[in-house]
Amino acid sequence: MSLDIQHIKSQFPLFERSINGRSLVYLDTAATSQKPHIVLNAMEEYYRKHNANIHRGIHVLAEEATELYEEARSIVARFIGSAKDSEIVFTRNATESINLIARSWAEDHLRKGDEIILSEMEHHANIVPWQMVAKKTGAVIRYIPLTSDGQLDLVAARDIIGPATKIVSIVHMSNVLGTINDVREIRAMRDLLAPGAIYIVDAAQSIVHEKIDVQDIGCDFLVFSGHKMYGPTGIGVLWGRLDLLETMSPFLGGGDMIRSVDFEYFEPNFVPYKFEAGTPAVAEAIGLAAACEFIEKYDRKVVLEHEMELAHYLIEELKQNEHITIFGPETRGPLVSFTHAKIHAHDLAQILNDEFAVCVRAGHHCAMPLNKKLGISATTRVSLGIYNDQRDVDRVLDGIARAEEIMRV
Amino acid sequence: MDFIYQQQILDHYKNPRHAGELTGVVPVCLENVTCGDKLCMYRQDGQYLFTGSGCAISQAAASMLLEKITQEQLSPEQIRALSVEDMRAVLKIPLSANRLKCGLLALEAVQQLVAKHT
Repeated sequence: MSLDIQHIKSQFPLFERSINGRSLVYLDTAATSQKPHIVLNAMEEYYRKHNANIHRGIHVLAEEATELYEEARSIVARFIGSAKDSEIVFTRNATESINLIARSWAEDHLRKGDEIILSEMEHHANIVPWQMVAKKTGAVIRYIPLTSDGQLDLVAARDIIGPATKIVSIVHMSNVLGTINDVREIRAMRDLLAPGAIYIVDAAQSIVHEKIDVQDIGCDFLVFSGHKMYGPTGIGVLWGRLDLLETMSPFLGGGDMIRSVDFEYFEPNFVPYKFEAGTPAVAEAIGLAAACEFIEKYDRKVVLEHEMELAHYLIEELKQNEHITIFGPETRGPLVSFTHAKIHAHDLAQILNDEFAVCVRAGHHCAMPLNKKLGISATTRVSLGIYNDQRDVDRVLDGIARAEEIMRV
Repeated sequence: MDFIYQQQILDHYKNPRHAGELTGVVPVCLENVTCGDKLCMYRQDGQYLFTGSGCAISQAAASMLLEKITQEQLSPEQIRALSVEDMRAVLKIPLSANRLKCGLLALEAVQQLVAKHT
């Protein structure tokens, strides 16, 4: 079965735009994805026909809105293989999800000297909240180092994960290196070496490319954002094991996360509502559910194979250029970051944009510790999505050649 | 749409004027951590020099700014009074909000430099 990319592109209204008279080549899905009609329609339909506040009202609109919102929760639960809808907490994004764990679990459980295990390739979202927790609790962060080709050094990990470990929090797919970490192997390590520790998987990049099954991975928490998987901004997910969520303190306080409020105290609501304070992003949750359905319309293996093929084609072509250094391992997700010895990432990205209508990302990609470790300050990143084809990648290559012309390399 | 990699920008990037260090003088060094543009500015007896690395805009901006300061013999007060618009006029290219940061690093650095010594 092969993909009809033109047909897929046609489902995304943004590709109707042209930039400087050229058709748009969007290669920045790792930063945010484009949105298909089905997602936009679902959100608009909610506002046009079913809009009301949820969980409270008696009237028909409130009922419909509540049903749509809770159905969205159900759809997301199935999307990631969760057996229970109540294990899905809607947040604003993956970053907020991690902050929720940091505040509601870590601050209550960590003591001075306890260890939080991260990796050197983490995104700031999976570093900064832990730095904040460490400061508050006296816990210590330790980093699993990387091998020279940008993979987790699992041998070193075995020395680092140990009896003092209370949290292991690792990214599934790196947004800089494209490295895909063996999340089951890490869970096995946790089971063996730190059975009392919680295990968190950051699926922000992987969720759009790979089928995730939280029961199969065996993690305790999993986080991701809607906007990176063809869904809207403003909605993210924290999946958590029910028994953990039930014992955790609330995160934000206010309406809906309570069962009752008196003048001096409140009784928190049941999970997951305990963690959803205030009126949520109802339309966005509905949009996220539509994005799940959009993704599942396709054979996900075929889509991933296609994206990987494009990534490998790009890598093979880039390897021909003596000025270019590619970061990350041979086996990787559909994402390629590289430097050009003669052209700064910003200049390259600018020329790709100005002359070729190609959208790529240049910078540190919210992974400054990783960049520091690699000795770089900015890379150009090409990240692939379901709507990309070989012509898109060829435009990047044309763009690099043109940039070399302009900068007289 | 105007092309920002005009001859002038590329020329100053490839052949920067006022490039170099002054020994025995403490420079002001600034970095744009989001992209790694770095500039160090030196000043002594009315002479200005810079070293740095980074994108074409940031480096060309340093060269063009120091050339303006030297050719027009701007005083520290005049340098301190230079605005974002003045910098745009020096660069003569349309800059998006993001690239403006690259263009302004040189201005920030030289303004901090004259503030130190005055």
